[in-house]
Amino acid sequence: MRLGKKLLLAFCIVLVTAGFAMAADVVKIGVYLPVTGGNAVGGQLELDGVKLAHQEMPEILGKKVELIVIDNKSDKVEAANAVKRLVERDKVNAIIGTYGSSLAMAGGEIAEQAKIPMVGTSCTNPLVTQGKKYVFRVCFIDPFQGAGAAAFALGDLKAKTAAILIEVTEDYSVGLASFFERSFKKDGGQVVAKLNYQKGDQDFTAQLTEIISKNPDVLYIPANFAEGAIIMRQASELGAKFKVLGGDAMDNPEIVSIGGKSVEGFSFTTFAYAPEMPNMNAIAKKFTDNWAKAFPGKQPNALSAVAYDSYMLIMDAIKRANSDDPEKITAALAATKDFPGVTGNTTINATHDAEKSVGIMQIKDGKRIFLTIVDPK
Amino acid sequence: MNSDMFIQHFFNALMLGSLYGLIAIGYTMVYGILRLINFAHGDIFMLGSYFVFFGVTAFHMPWWAAALFSIVATAATGIMVDRVAYRPLREAPRISALISAIGVSFFIENMCLVLFTGVPKPMPRLEALVQVLQFGNIRILPLTLIVPVVSFLLVAGLLWMLYRTKPGLAMRAISKDIETTRLMGVKVNRIIALTFAIGSALAAAAGIMWALRYPQINPFMGVMPGFKAFIAAVFGGIGSVQGAMIGGLILGFMEIMIVAFFPALSGYRDAFAFILLILILFVKPTGLMGEKLEDKI
Repeated sequence: MRLGKKLLLAFCIVLVTAGFAMAADVVKIGVYLPVTGGNAVGGQLELDGVKLAHQEMPEILGKKVELIVIDNKSDKVEAANAVKRLVERDKVNAIIGTYGSSLAMAGGEIAEQAKIPMVGTSCTNPLVTQGKKYVFRVCFIDPFQGAGAAAFALGDLKAKTAAILIEVTEDYSVGLASFFERSFKKDGGQVVAKLNYQKGDQDFTAQLTEIISKNPDVLYIPANFAEGAIIMRQASELGAKFKVLGGDAMDNPEIVSIGGKSVEGFSFTTFAYAPEMPNMNAIAKKFTDNWAKAFPGKQPNALSAVAYDSYMLIMDAIKRANSDDPEKITAALAATKDFPGVTGNTTINATHDAEKSVGIMQIKDGKRIFLTIVDPK
Repeated sequence: MNSDMFIQHFFNALMLGSLYGLIAIGYTMVYGILRLINFAHGDIFMLGSYFVFFGVTAFHMPWWAAALFSIVATAATGIMVDRVAYRPLREAPRISALISAIGVSFFIENMCLVLFTGVPKPMPRLEALVQVLQFGNIRILPLTLIVPVVSFLLVAGLLWMLYRTKPGLAMRAISKDIETTRLMGVKVNRIIALTFAIGSALAAAAGIMWALRYPQINPFMGVMPGFKAFIAAVFGGIGSVQGAMIGGLILGFMEIMIVAFFPALSGYRDAFAFILLILILFVKPTGLMGEKLEDKI
């Protein structure tokens, strides 16, 4: 049986060397998203978007792409730790993440120090990429989103006065609120009340009673969906007559199940994708079809779409750079021009933000409908 | 501020305050008897909401049955927590039990995170309790009136139990001197388990009403209300049942009225709650009702 043993040994050696060879031929993409905690719903939808993109393009430059997913638990410290782990332990070539501007800021800081390119999915606060060489994003930024919301409020909703309810512990919310206020005032609107709440608050009756007494035409809530739905529920219980307007963090099917009838007529700005939107581009159509096959019974949303785009953008950059070297990927990402994605064409500008359209959606009869697309000037 | 608005704020505050009070009683009962701050209490409260949620959605129980199921299951959890995490440390220094309580709190939160995921769950609501009633410009939910009434009934029942029944007598005796009580033939561990059961059942009652009022539940929903109720319990004089209720009401009124009168300060609402805690500890560490030490349960 000695021959048998030798054969076995030879076989083992082949296996081991093959294993080494394969390890060297892997492109590692780190993904950090809030899969648990307050932002879990958004994080999971984005994770599914990344996974779908990975399924469609599992190889690049003849190498296998490996996804390493870490949950950042909707927590800034955990987000920083997640990125640290990705760059130090897993030695990833590029990073995707994350939902939540505060989380992306914490993680981006680490990616920048490690000189590993990071592509943000739906983190829309301008500070995320400010002064960063290695941090990019596939979404628009809040000044533009705020301007879109203000234009919609003044134009389509014919509002003259607005109130704003801000989550003060969230950079996203504070930033978006001030951009909305600036645009709304500039174009002739008046902000009659500005109130705050904190993450985890569930009682907004005091703030809402105050806002109702000022009788605004619209209430702008740059909130996360769970709080946003509760705010609308309490507003309607208190007899509010104003229309409610929100941002991309409200783009979530769950708001109807939490808010019930009170979210009827609620509109929000989001990335220009919805499975039910008319005239979608070819990539969006393919995305919608493949999603239905990959995750039957689950609806994609704009968050899944930007996450999908972020993976595809990195793959595109690796292809253009013809290398998986982090420095070269970074240079290729910075040079992105008119990259076609599910949420429209992406051009990375000087501040590493994507210049793309804003979509406006509304809740009607318990369903989200796609109203219109607004383009940047 | 006109009178309509003030009345609206008043009812909002009454609702919030009585919920805080109801949670605070659980803290105060356990502290009164064991001198232990049960930091897991906020998480027990969260479990109460989840039990009723699963009762209604997964087991299709009618509401009253789901509420009963939740109260029983939460009380059982309370007894189990005592048995596993506190009873082995009965003779240990008090700080050990406190650390154990913090551990239990993290354990419950993270276990729920794994079991139920972090995705907030929409609470099905009992429409009869959340149909808006309108009086002129004032709009309140039936729940707003029911919660304080239920809270006061529960407090009255608890006081009756403490001062008019044998187990209540035993509880008061344990709070004075656990060793002597044991010598008198009282089954101390059984009485302490009963204390945890009652405290947890009250937390479940608060959890059910909280979930009806704020119909979105998640594994961390108990953290902030838990802290707030703890402040309420200390403010009212920890160890005193009436004090916890009054502390809860004062805290609820303070939180609402600060926003009502100073809208610009609305973002600092939680800060005011904690300032209140620091102030009361400086000025009157025993709390509002904490004077009569011998009356602690």
